Amino acid sequence: MKYYDKLIFEISKEGRHGYTLPENQLAKYSIEDIPSTLLREEKAQLPEASELDVVRHYTNVSNKNFGVETGFYPLGSCTMKYNPKINDEIANMPAFSSLHPLQSDETVQGVLEVYYNLARSLSEISGLAEYTLNPFAGSHGELVGLMIMRQYHIKRGDLKRTKVIVPDSAHGTNPASAAVCGLEIVEVHSNEKGTISVEDLKPLLDDTIAGIMMTNPNTLGIFETEILEIADLIHEAGGLLYYDGANLNPLLGKCRPGDMGFDIMHINLHKTFSTPHGGGGPGSGPVGVSKALVDFLPNPRVKKDGDCYYLDNGDDSLGSISGFLGNFSVYIRAYTYILSLGKDNLKNVGPLATLNANYIKESLRQYYYLPIEGICKHEFVFDGLLDKSTGVTTLDIAKRLLDYGFHAPTIYFPLLFTQSIMIEPTETESLDTLNAFIEVMKTVAIEAKEDPETVKNAPYTTPVRRLDETMAAKKPMLIYKDLL
Amino acid sequence: MSKVVEGLYYTESHEWVKVEGEFAYIGITDFAQHQLGNIVYVDIPEVGDEIKQEEEFGAVESVKAASDLLSPVSGTIVEVNEKLSDEPELINKNAFDSWILKVKLSDASELKGLMDSKAYAEICE
Repeated sequence: MKYYDKLIFEISKEGRHGYTLPENQLAKYSIEDIPSTLLREEKAQLPEASELDVVRHYTNVSNKNFGVETGFYPLGSCTMKYNPKINDEIANMPAFSSLHPLQSDETVQGVLEVYYNLARSLSEISGLAEYTLNPFAGSHGELVGLMIMRQYHIKRGDLKRTKVIVPDSAHGTNPASAAVCGLEIVEVHSNEKGTISVEDLKPLLDDTIAGIMMTNPNTLGIFETEILEIADLIHEAGGLLYYDGANLNPLLGKCRPGDMGFDIMHINLHKTFSTPHGGGGPGSGPVGVSKALVDFLPNPRVKKDGDCYYLDNGDDSLGSISGFLGNFSVYIRAYTYILSLGKDNLKNVGPLATLNANYIKESLRQYYYLPIEGICKHEFVFDGLLDKSTGVTTLDIAKRLLDYGFHAPTIYFPLLFTQSIMIEPTETESLDTLNAFIEVMKTVAIEAKEDPETVKNAPYTTPVRRLDETMAAKKPMLIYKDLL
Repeated sequence: MSKVVEGLYYTESHEWVKVEGEFAYIGITDFAQHQLGNIVYVDIPEVGDEIKQEEEFGAVESVKAASDLLSPVSGTIVEVNEKLSDEPELINKNAFDSWILKVKLSDASELKGLMDSKAYAEICE
């Protein structure tokens, strides 16, 4: 492909149109009829281009991107699974896409039914009593979950509980959400198996603990086998257990956070339930709670009376946390995914994601250092190359993978190791793709030994070569004109 | 192999302390800067702030990670190294010259709980 590097404003030509409009039949109104306070003072800068130029521009720009539909994307902790086309097909049905958020309940019964049924499905899959789908993203769900935790303690008149325990392997969002919620963070250490140290946890438990935030399996992809004991300890101390749904994928069809003793959890629909990630999102972070916490869920809630669905605002609720009912178009996609897989196929998601991760791990451990032994779940972490003498770092390996057409895994996270490479293949990849990735990872490890300079200067085939990350952080160029 | 300087006190969280009379300079070790990689920002508290032993007083950010700074001692900040706000990379160049804070010690006996260069060199291996 010819290298393309233009802005839409650079292909703009004054007066160029995509089509011609018929004569204005409504010319009786002129610009003088609009109050001057509502008129803009400067002319809007809008690009002018033909339809074909616009299509070519955006197609060319999109070709510079890399996504799940371009190639393998083993970004650890992100569950970059394929987003089936049927999800979009259903979400684009005019019955959904042409609704207005202010329509009255009786005219959107089908929409409320989707909301209600998705919430019921998530309850059954996760073992929690009820769900709100209102939060706009996983991080938003985390905050809402913690607000529910705080609301629970406040409603009991227990105001001393201001601390949240977070494991040292946790996602950075956990302590961040807790801090935003006004809670103090207490760190608990991992043991040599990569799981929470129960001995380290015990002395932290007192009447100032609001709860604990955990993922299971944790960020190392290791199942917290002592979860039942941990749940008992936290509950005995009067705290609640929060489950970060980031790593829910391997549990699908095998076990449920609710059965492990978790009281509150969020789910990232864009991870486990195959809705789009990131910029193309939007995201969605449904929050589920155990029976005792149902009344604290945010307003409004979708309830069912006979065959009718309606919105309800509860008095004990922590209040409203989003406009309307959150990102509805995402729910349709997630619900479509659940229904199109069906109960039986959904049960294969976790085991296949786990199999794929272990297959890659065992195939590469002669080349990369595996700090935590044993069977992982959906993801695992290498601590750089096995041969440390080459001077080739995790960053170099990640950059070199781009030359071979693979997206880099998550690097330098978790912080437990200094050269972390975190790999999560998901269940949607074929054996051929996994084998191709394994071969390339081996090739890079061999290159690191025989020709380290090649790896250290990678990538060579991408639109831009290696960027100066230090300067990017210190003196970021935030607008295009800075580059000229 | 990272450098360790004799005559300083060290913490397990990789801060160093250099004592001069009733004052102490605090920085992060060469091992810490190696682990962090290129440092792009140091979050430094203000002169006059009180700091407490083992409590967070700031943070260092590198291209790889952000890491809290834990105070090795308690005291009052009397001076901060202004140079680090424009040139945080000085810590990468020479971690033991690039002090972050100068504090007036409030409890010199706390120093007894810290490591000497020999003990610290062992945990860095």
